[in-house]
Amino acid sequence: MLDDFLLRAALAGVGVALAAAPLGCFVVWRRMAYFGDATSHAALLGVALALSLDLPVFAGVLVVALAMAVIVATLNGRNVSTDALLGVLAHGALAIGLVAVSLLPNQRVDLSAYLFGEILAVTKGDLAVIWGGATVSIALLVWRWQALLSATLNPDLATASGLNPKREQLILTLALAVTVAVALKVVGALLIAAMLIIPAATARPFSRSPETMAITAAVIGMISTLGGLAASFAFDTPTGPSMVSVAAVLFAASTGLAAVFRR
Amino acid sequence: MSLISTHNLTLVLDGQTVLKNVNIAINRGEIVTIVGPNGSGKSSLLRALIGALKPASGTVTRAEGLRIGYVPQKLQIDATLPLTVHGFLNLPNRQPRAVVEDALKKAGVGDLAKRQMVDLSGGQFQRVLLARALLNTPDILILDEATQGLDQPGAAAFYRQIEDVRRDMGCAVLMVSHDLHVVMAASDRVVCLNGHVCCEGTPEIVADAPEYRALFGTGTQGAFALYRHEHTHSHDHDHDHTHCDGDH
Repeated sequence: MLDDFLLRAALAGVGVALAAAPLGCFVVWRRMAYFGDATSHAALLGVALALSLDLPVFAGVLVVALAMAVIVATLNGRNVSTDALLGVLAHGALAIGLVAVSLLPNQRVDLSAYLFGEILAVTKGDLAVIWGGATVSIALLVWRWQALLSATLNPDLATASGLNPKREQLILTLALAVTVAVALKVVGALLIAAMLIIPAATARPFSRSPETMAITAAVIGMISTLGGLAASFAFDTPTGPSMVSVAAVLFAASTGLAAVFRR
Repeated sequence: MSLISTHNLTLVLDGQTVLKNVNIAINRGEIVTIVGPNGSGKSSLLRALIGALKPASGTVTRAEGLRIGYVPQKLQIDATLPLTVHGFLNLPNRQPRAVVEDALKKAGVGDLAKRQMVDLSGGQFQRVLLARALLNTPDILILDEATQGLDQPGAAAFYRQIEDVRRDMGCAVLMVSHDLHVVMAASDRVVCLNGHVCCEGTPEIVADAPEYRALFGTGTQGAFALYRHEHTHSHDHDHDHTHCDGDH
């Protein structure tokens, strides 16, 4: 059954959408959009590392994304001008990653596959990695859900309740790195952050609790993934960008609807 | 044995010493107010007491099994986070519905459980924070400028609520405030802080202390007298100690 490349692509996309949805909600609530950018852009550097050391791409990306996420999280805690700094890290990581990949000796790397994903080339092995990673990421968030929410609201309040906000931040960081690593094949380094943020933002107007927002975001993410896949097949457009385009259209519709209902 | 105390507490934040050798102790059931100019380390002291800041030296001692209800100075909920009042009170630990309803009632906002946090007014929001602090029937309530952003009647109503809560639950109250004239009269003890403890004692003693006057001038004295005599308007504030007036 998994011999159909479209089915494999659909399953891969759904796996990423499920992992990205709850995580994306936290990215939105904590205003960490650049955090997502910096981490996912750093994935390219991970690709270069993996290829040069002859490691699996997934492992290289996981390590570098984790390192980047920890750096950003640490800097975020201090009172440096984070907005600009995160911008520097996000774009710097991308540029250095591009340079690093081009410097690889004796490698003909299909750069666009890493920048925009190649979901149609997902293998059974990839599927296992994607669903494994997605399961880890979702399990982490479900396990720490209440604590993560508390730390997101106010670190001091969380501390007074006996939690350690730094540890919760680390959990998010870990989940983000895992999700970036599994999403690279599906949407590519440039658009991972989009799959995090757009479904969550689309779900916001129709949600009255954090849980419903996460679940709605998952549904929207799946619709975007499958819709993008179908559109890409029908119109012969690149798949990753098609999925993000569908998500963006849904966001516009949701925002418009919300504005109408508020009136 | 006091509920919570510090011994020679010294706090250093970003290389700056914000508190030096602070010794305070809060006993069961008393209302203690910390006053002091901006940047005097009031909030930092509270954060050290709840364990959010680690002392550079000295110790913070909490009675065993002490339950703290903490109301932070600022809590901004991002508009992208949908959260009902009921949901907020269930973080991080889920509570039985009756417990949540009871806490909301005690804080004077029994009818808000289904509202979204981002839709609340300033006064409602502070009361919901108070309700959250009351959930675990605390031994001590710690409030950090809980009336910031409230107008004067709103602040006065909030403090009356605190007094009701203390009467009902018998918990100690430790608060930081700028609303000197309201707070001083409601407190059993006032601690004047400016990087160190300048003076402490009953409101009358502190208001008369030269250290306190040096910090707040006679304007506060006026405001204090104002409360005692229950006048309704203030006077004599043409100098720059306006943070003593409570109208910020």
